Amino acid sequence: MTQFLQFLGRTTRTGFTKLGRGTFFLLHTLGGIGSILPRPRLILNQMYAVGVLSFLIITISGLFVGMVLGLQGFYILSDFGAEETLGLMVAASLVRELGPVVTALLFAGRAGSALTAEIGLMKATEQLSGMEMMAVDPIKRIISPRFLAGLLSMPLLAALFSMIGILGGHMVGVGLLGVDEGSYWSQMQAGIDFQDDIVNGVIKSIVFGFVATWIALFEGYDTIPTSEGVSRATTRTVVNSAFSILGLDFILTALMFGD
Amino acid sequence: MQHTSTQDTLVGLFVAAGIVGLLFLALQVSNLSTFIEEETYTVTARFENSGGLKVKSPVSVAGVKIGQVKAISFDPTTYESLVEMHINAKYNTLPDDTSASIFTAGLLGEQYVNLVPGGSEEYLKEGSTIEITQSAIILEKVIGQFLFKSAEEKAETKK
Repeated sequence: MTQFLQFLGRTTRTGFTKLGRGTFFLLHTLGGIGSILPRPRLILNQMYAVGVLSFLIITISGLFVGMVLGLQGFYILSDFGAEETLGLMVAASLVRELGPVVTALLFAGRAGSALTAEIGLMKATEQLSGMEMMAVDPIKRIISPRFLAGLLSMPLLAALFSMIGILGGHMVGVGLLGVDEGSYWSQMQAGIDFQDDIVNGVIKSIVFGFVATWIALFEGYDTIPTSEGVSRATTRTVVNSAFSILGLDFILTALMFGD
Repeated sequence: MQHTSTQDTLVGLFVAAGIVGLLFLALQVSNLSTFIEEETYTVTARFENSGGLKVKSPVSVAGVKIGQVKAISFDPTTYESLVEMHINAKYNTLPDDTSASIFTAGLLGEQYVNLVPGGSEEYLKEGSTIEITQSAIILEKVIGQFLFKSAEEKAETKK
């Protein structure tokens, strides 16, 4: 019993300590952004690693998600004779939910895990301590550009995902199943509001990008510098990011769409 | 990681593609294209019941959208629904005896205001009020009437 209580207390305490460290880490990273901006080269390299290399998985997933939405939506909507609203259904589900959420989950799996592993290994091989020895702040030099790159890439990736998804839905709905081309687009335009849907979707993707990149970088920076530690940190990145993204999505949706 | 110009190009392409995606969402998917404010004038109409009409519902003449509903409020003195509509200034030749009715697009579709031009020489202008209106068709009411009627008819034929 005492042991159990001890365990409980210890876990809670380490949890809060970690959260505190994470917050300090985040503030430090944000503080480093200012000194990174005059060196866009660093950000550009990270945009390549985080954004460009995620491009393919995002577009292909987007295409298939859109196609499935088109197919499933058509079967259900045709029961009610409302195939014309297929465009609206595909666009609304992509722009509001699936675009930001699925992109963020893929982003956490594709880019987040890579970031954790990279930084974890830098720590394990004492490259970070080496930098400190040379009076280079590793957070400013290594972490901040990666953070900024993640923050910039996520909304772009999510917008791409939604766009490709809508085109995929169009391909299946209009191309294969014979929904009217005009009503696919016009119902969509009538039903999707720029302010309520598009802007909120973009805000969501920025928030998810922020959280996913933060978690990935912090887990990497906070890793136990052994090969096992790095592997655990990578796993934690994906798990924690997924939890945070889905949990935040619920909160954001409740705030944004609950009139 | 070394700096190569290919990498720069790829990042450039990626950013461009992302911006294209955002523009596509804004212009092709959403109602932003109708959002770009053109000159409009405001016309009000009083309805006994405006049903499921909402702000931003379309206002159309002969099936063509010419404006949208800007505000719906309740008039506590006449107990009517006050619908304020913004109509594109291009269409400034609507007669002032135009009538307004609330229709539903399709059986379950959105409700919209349909204007039927009258024969007057005077035109509607900023601040005009449409006098002749027809309320929204409330589906429940119509079904209720229909059921009531058919029950009545049945009772009569039985006699």
